[in-house]
Amino acid sequence: MEISLAEPMLTVPFRVRKNRKETSDTRTLELAKPDGSAAPAWQPGQFMMLYVFGAGEIPISVSGDPAKRETLIHTVRAVGDVSSAICQAKPGSAIGVRGPFGSAWPVDRFEEQDIVLVAGGIGLAPLRPVLWTLMANRRRYGRVSLLVGARTPDILLYRSEMNRWAKGGIDVRLTVDAAAPGWQGSVGPVTTLIPRTEFDASHAAAFIVGPEIMMRFVVRALAQRGIPTDRLFVSMERNMKCALGFCGHCQLGPTFICKDGPVLSYAQLEPWLAIRNA
Amino acid sequence: MARIASENLIPFLLNVLRGRGYTCIGPTVRDGAIVYEEIRSEQDLPIGFTDEQDGGTYRLKKRDDEARFGYTVGPQSWKQYLFPPSTLLMQAQRTSDGFLAQAHTEQVPAYAFIGVRACDLNAIAIQDRTFLKGPYVDPTYKARREAAFIVVVNCGQAGRTCFCVSMETGPLAKSGYDLALTEILEDGRHEFLVEVGSERGDAVAREFPTRPANDDDGNAAQRMVDRAVAQMGRKMDTAGIKDLLYRNMDHPRWEDVAARCLSCANCTMVCPTCFCSTVEDVTDLTGDHTERWRRWDSCFTASHSYVHGGSVRPTTLSRYRQWMTHKLATWIDQFDTSGCVGCGRCITWCPVGIDITEEVRAIQETDRGKGH
Amino acid sequence: MEKDIEALLTEHAFFKRMPAPYLALVAGCGKNVRFAAGQLLARTGDPANEFFALRHGRVTIELHSAERGPLILQTVEAGDLAGWSWLFPPHYWKFDVRALDEVRAISFDGECLRGKCERDSAMGYDFMKRFARVFMERLEAARLQLLDIYGNIPR
Repeated sequence: MEISLAEPMLTVPFRVRKNRKETSDTRTLELAKPDGSAAPAWQPGQFMMLYVFGAGEIPISVSGDPAKRETLIHTVRAVGDVSSAICQAKPGSAIGVRGPFGSAWPVDRFEEQDIVLVAGGIGLAPLRPVLWTLMANRRRYGRVSLLVGARTPDILLYRSEMNRWAKGGIDVRLTVDAAAPGWQGSVGPVTTLIPRTEFDASHAAAFIVGPEIMMRFVVRALAQRGIPTDRLFVSMERNMKCALGFCGHCQLGPTFICKDGPVLSYAQLEPWLAIRNA
Repeated sequence: MARIASENLIPFLLNVLRGRGYTCIGPTVRDGAIVYEEIRSEQDLPIGFTDEQDGGTYRLKKRDDEARFGYTVGPQSWKQYLFPPSTLLMQAQRTSDGFLAQAHTEQVPAYAFIGVRACDLNAIAIQDRTFLKGPYVDPTYKARREAAFIVVVNCGQAGRTCFCVSMETGPLAKSGYDLALTEILEDGRHEFLVEVGSERGDAVAREFPTRPANDDDGNAAQRMVDRAVAQMGRKMDTAGIKDLLYRNMDHPRWEDVAARCLSCANCTMVCPTCFCSTVEDVTDLTGDHTERWRRWDSCFTASHSYVHGGSVRPTTLSRYRQWMTHKLATWIDQFDTSGCVGCGRCITWCPVGIDITEEVRAIQETDRGKGH
Repeated sequence: MEKDIEALLTEHAFFKRMPAPYLALVAGCGKNVRFAAGQLLARTGDPANEFFALRHGRVTIELHSAERGPLILQTVEAGDLAGWSWLFPPHYWKFDVRALDEVRAISFDGECLRGKCERDSAMGYDFMKRFARVFMERLEAARLQLLDIYGNIPR
């Protein structure tokens, strides 16, 4: 009996339609299937495994509008061989896609509640699909705030879209760790935006993405404001090879970040994040 | 209904299985150890051999009889046939406007595993949960697993590193096999008790000569198993072990074992339930052809937990703790079973003889979390 | 006028749950102030005899550098305080404080408040506890900024 071994490890070539520069080391790619058929359906928070021929494969969150099915949008920061190769992929070239994988932001669970989105650095990319979902269904939710932190103003992502988000009923607040000439906004870590953010802690949830240190401080600040840790959700990152729960690399305690996550409640993660080098 | 076959069972069995298209894999002596390789005739078996094992020690010794299966377990387990060390998954080639990727296909080998110990049978059932029962199914494992014919041979002796009794995985195999043999070797008697565990096992058993087993035969077989129970070399108290390890993640014992552990990954290679792998995309010299391989990996490597410019587990302590707490604790939360079957291989094949049962006992005796 | 200040203080986060007698004492040293966007509230090197409880608008804490222009260290939001050099000698502003937006604040006379804290040590203790918390939060924030957590990842 002959069997195919690769499914679901087989990558499917997509064509790069656009490659837009966001910052000095970050690009947003639009990927389309060569035959024009729709990309696989995905939910905010999920990721694809993106493959560059000859370089390898890495997990990247989808950061487009989930209502737009034809193409896939991925914002990628060049930090290694594969991510750099993806950032350099010219329009017309091929990128392999496998997925979608992982858990989604639990937006549906919090209708009629206040939503606080906190993004640090490139963390805004996996949260952007939630913004679209919230704007498309704005009346179903209470107050929606987006707090964004970045190192300097020139590496804030999606700045040209932020007006649209503000008009879509999102309270958008930005801060940078270090200002640059001409910056007229807040300066300080993103935690400093939290005291002035309005929400009813007993009817609110937060979605947080950023470096782990930042997530820890943000979670503490939000918990101090009264949001219980089972309503604080983070997107975790670990080394991933298969994205299927087989290779074992992405484990944090009993959790497989690729299939139980990457979106997880802080209540579930807290005991394991408290153990150093777990 | 158990049956008795004569000591000449094995040639019959191999013939019948080969006639049905199986490649027979069984124990054989090579390089000073008993390993699992293709068996073409009874002479390939480790006839008259036993093994002497302890922490960091493995030696073959001659027995004074002609036992076909008179040893416990060697460095290998059956995972190398169901979850091969290297598997080609996909090939891709460069085209003028991108690349084409194709899944690799293979003829599924039909293996007959001869001499599966109860501990290893449990290990296969545990790996089933990883590869077959999650949101995704591994095609290689599934195809080979479904095709595999399992002939258990119950243990008539136990080694100094064995603790299947503590893990409740042996020495008697209860179910999940096609055929189970118990080699009865006492007072000049040499026969096999044959038990059928499945329809296809039944079909095979009908093709070699046997007589019905009587009470005396049953008692003799039981004496073999009882001897294995009595010889168990190690013990592990597993009551509450998950919570014990969860509340002792900062126990000083981890530093103690980390000072001894070489991070050599032997334990993960010989462990029958370890399943970590890595995916490698490799290119040929022209740069036009690539292959995606799945290869065995180990949580003891520095790169296993590498993310964002560093490894989450950069120290031997963190990696040893990861391996042991995964095997004995988080595995339970993940798969509803312990990951350990008490085969003792990790103790035998550790170059410095680290003993997982001793590490557990040390933490139990100075449980940091007790009464808090 | 003082009654107005006292009422305003009850609305300000820094003075939350301050006992009424202390509030009255503190209010006695305060006055309303207003700054246009871009205006300096304090200048490096000037005598520091006041601090500001921001009621509306943000300020920057900055250092002037000839070649690089103003270096902004952090912004302080409404509901927070700006200025602590009035607390300990030498009483000179170490940084510039500039209004980022139109700012309405309460300015407190440093000498007045230091005197009241000395004379009424219970009130002084309550006041200092609140200020210590501001120091702690500023230090934590400064540490996070120093860490450069979003920074370039070594390959």
